[in-house]
Amino acid sequence: MEFFRISRTIPFMRHALALNAISLVFFVLAVVFIAVRGFNLSIEFTGGTVIELTYPDTAPLVEVRQELETLGYTDFQVQNFGTSRDVLIRLPAIDGQSSTDQSDAVMGALTAGTPDILLQRVEYVGPQIGRELVESGLLALLFVIIGIVVYLAIRFEWKFAIAGVVANLHDVVIILGFFALFQWEFSLSVLAGVLAVLGYSVNESVVIMDRIRENFRKLRNVEVRDVIDGAITQTMSRTIITHGSTQVMVLSMLIFGGPTLEYFALALTIGIWFGIYSSIFVAASIAMWLGVKREDLVKPVKKTDELEEVYTEE
Amino acid sequence: MNRYPLWKYLTVLVALVLGLLYTLPNFFGESPAVQVSSAKATIKIEPEMQRQVEGILSQAGITNTGSSFERNGPVGTVRVRFADTDTQLVARDVIERALNPDATDPSYTVALNLLPASPKWLSDIGANPMYLGLDLRGGVHFLLQVDMRGALTARYESLATEIRTTLREDRIPSISSDREDLSVVTVFPDDEARNQALTLLRNRYNDMEFTGGVSQGMNSGKPQLIGQLEPGAIAAVQSSALKQNITTLHNRINELGVAEPVIQQQGADRIVVQLPGVQDVAKAKDILGRTATLEIRMVDDSPTAMSALSAGRVPFGLERYEDSDGRPLLLRRQVILSGENLQDAQAGRDSQAQQPAVHLTLDSKGARIFRDITRDNIGNRMAILLFEKGKGQVVTAPVIRSEIPGGQVQISGSMSAEEAADISLLLRAGSLAAPMTIIEERTIGPSLGAENIAKGFNATLWGFVAVAIFMVAYYRLFGLFSATGLTINVFLLLALLSMLQATLTLPGIAAIALTIGMAIDANVLINERIREELRRGESPQAAIQIGFERAWGTILDSNLTTLIVGIALLIFGTGPVRGFAVVHCLGILTSMFSAVVVVRSMVNITHGGKKKLKGLSIGTIWKPKDSKG
Repeated sequence: MEFFRISRTIPFMRHALALNAISLVFFVLAVVFIAVRGFNLSIEFTGGTVIELTYPDTAPLVEVRQELETLGYTDFQVQNFGTSRDVLIRLPAIDGQSSTDQSDAVMGALTAGTPDILLQRVEYVGPQIGRELVESGLLALLFVIIGIVVYLAIRFEWKFAIAGVVANLHDVVIILGFFALFQWEFSLSVLAGVLAVLGYSVNESVVIMDRIRENFRKLRNVEVRDVIDGAITQTMSRTIITHGSTQVMVLSMLIFGGPTLEYFALALTIGIWFGIYSSIFVAASIAMWLGVKREDLVKPVKKTDELEEVYTEE
Repeated sequence: MNRYPLWKYLTVLVALVLGLLYTLPNFFGESPAVQVSSAKATIKIEPEMQRQVEGILSQAGITNTGSSFERNGPVGTVRVRFADTDTQLVARDVIERALNPDATDPSYTVALNLLPASPKWLSDIGANPMYLGLDLRGGVHFLLQVDMRGALTARYESLATEIRTTLREDRIPSISSDREDLSVVTVFPDDEARNQALTLLRNRYNDMEFTGGVSQGMNSGKPQLIGQLEPGAIAAVQSSALKQNITTLHNRINELGVAEPVIQQQGADRIVVQLPGVQDVAKAKDILGRTATLEIRMVDDSPTAMSALSAGRVPFGLERYEDSDGRPLLLRRQVILSGENLQDAQAGRDSQAQQPAVHLTLDSKGARIFRDITRDNIGNRMAILLFEKGKGQVVTAPVIRSEIPGGQVQISGSMSAEEAADISLLLRAGSLAAPMTIIEERTIGPSLGAENIAKGFNATLWGFVAVAIFMVAYYRLFGLFSATGLTINVFLLLALLSMLQATLTLPGIAAIALTIGMAIDANVLINERIREELRRGESPQAAIQIGFERAWGTILDSNLTTLIVGIALLIFGTGPVRGFAVVHCLGILTSMFSAVVVVRSMVNITHGGKKKLKGLSIGTIWKPKDSKG
């Protein structure tokens, strides 16, 4: 079985300009959504209480809302969680009221109507934790970006480093844009997913960059554009198969993992697809616009690796 | 050419065996058990308790499937396994009745527990199952913030009193010495007194910094000294406050009868408490927040009191308490000193007789009171009482032999070194050093935990099966190698996590699934490279050689960048993110090893010896018509 019977180099870079424009539009749209709609942050970030209940039959969401209103809550959310029997209630943090007070009051009011409700989970997060999480999240992002730029600059070259990071940030911002647009819940595990995508997307860019460097070594007097096209074409088959496999795992998480992993898997899915796209069109083309040259990557005096010597002999 | 030296094969073999051995315990599940631990800080569990419990069980005709004694620091625990949960429940009740005759005042905690059911030889080599996070087994999680300012304020309060006493003893005139915010401000009538005081205080309190100044406010214009603790001393106050709070929490949680509580420091000023299996949050909170206190009172050994005691009466103004051996004592109601005057308690040895002793350090107020009391009561007994759960118990009741000045109190006499260590711990741990507030709380029902395990397991399993089927279909024999390598990768990862005794959470399971998805990349890179080399017209052996070699560079680069992300998550992440990051980082390492070394050795063993290899079973190699070679 062989899926990809590509007999000639596909001229990816011919459409680079148009695709970059599309990327830019996506990017700007994502930024706009983030700015306008903001995130639906989980209580881990905002502070508050989450109560998960299981009803014996279909949960009466309207009644639950009414009960909460009679308890005096104004800013709360009631929604199904996974199945129609499971209910997730989100309450804001109230000064001077502990989570036990809150959950006791809520359970008291709800079990008055339906006695056999099962309390599955109560989570309470104080407001100061949320602020720290945002801080440490941003720090992690910064650390990752600097780490990747430094690594790529040492291992490859600064133009690739810039191209790689721009491509990755593009992916991250677009994922965030999706979360803002659809108001999916942004929780800690989604944050972990987004950062994992960052690594995953660099991974993809690195594979293509590696090929570009190798082709520069092998082929002389070939246009930069053709070298890049060649590298992308040669790694095409690997790109599709690898991402296909990862997507299968993520899909399995989406199907079997239940509501806790749902948004994590969604973030990864978006990340995988935009990761492929950005590695090919964003990273490679930015490197091209930045004017990456053969001399940047093929240093005359380098390692004495036997294989490399064969191809770089002058 | 495609042969590994023997040591490489051996390395792979050792890794495989270790991987299998250490993953194994995770498959045995858990067996029901009953665990006995001390419910009071004064009662200790010794190895004899194991025989005692076994005796109780055999008397009741209950068979167990193994028992063990474990000592964790000063806390001993006896655990007995049973064949099924019914026996476990019966056994719990039997042991409970035998060990705690007075149900209202239990001496021991008898709790239900689940123990790993893996065979003994596995746990003997240190192979234990992974610890399941609360989201997988159910329970309560608290994050407590220790009020470090409170601890420091208390320290400055007592420093202010101490400085006042020191100055008075050395006859240096001073107007006042008080805590102001986080400093001690001492005001003097003139500059001479201040300079004398500065020399003295710098000498005495070398962990403090004193700066001069002019007083504002009430004694406006008078010279003053501002004393502040040095950063090192502040850190010491804070870390001892945190340690003491953790010790106190340990003691209290023991009463809850929780099987395997987790009480850990997090960051500089936080404590994580996880109580698996506990559902009653209110009770847990009550116990965490309660205070235990220390009191010193006088013992009434007068003949009238003794006769009243033997007659079972308690005369007016006295109270009846028991010591740890159950002997009754009559104490005066008046409290001479309480825990707030105690600064430290350390186990040590008596300076004369070299007997084990407990050294108490009192603050200056306590020292003064203690000196006066001991001077006036030579020959009488004083009792040190510890109040827990609103009940007092006499820890020790020594006879006062001489006046004790200076606030250094030594309790010695009929105690072993171990008892001395226990009592000092107890006195230190009696109360919280600094107030705490709950800033995060999570309760997860047990059914939700089981559900999460099933979901995580299914997600990983079905994803893995799909990927493995595809690999075999697409790459044939080499796909089979890849799939085998992937399986080994999962085993190695689980083994590493078990060896590290990492806590597995739902995000951790997600990370395992994701690692499998990403690990396949290395295999695809290698297989595609080999195909490419074949397409180019290389001989099969050369294609294997070059394919692995070329792919290695790419695999290293791409995995190292992913590792940077993993490490960032590990450093900056908390809770679920960190659980994800640990698995992610380890997964990257194991997947590099299994894809490059393990798969290569499989290929080498099967293909390396064949000199005239015609082709490779790696799927169709399609050659373009106008191939450039």
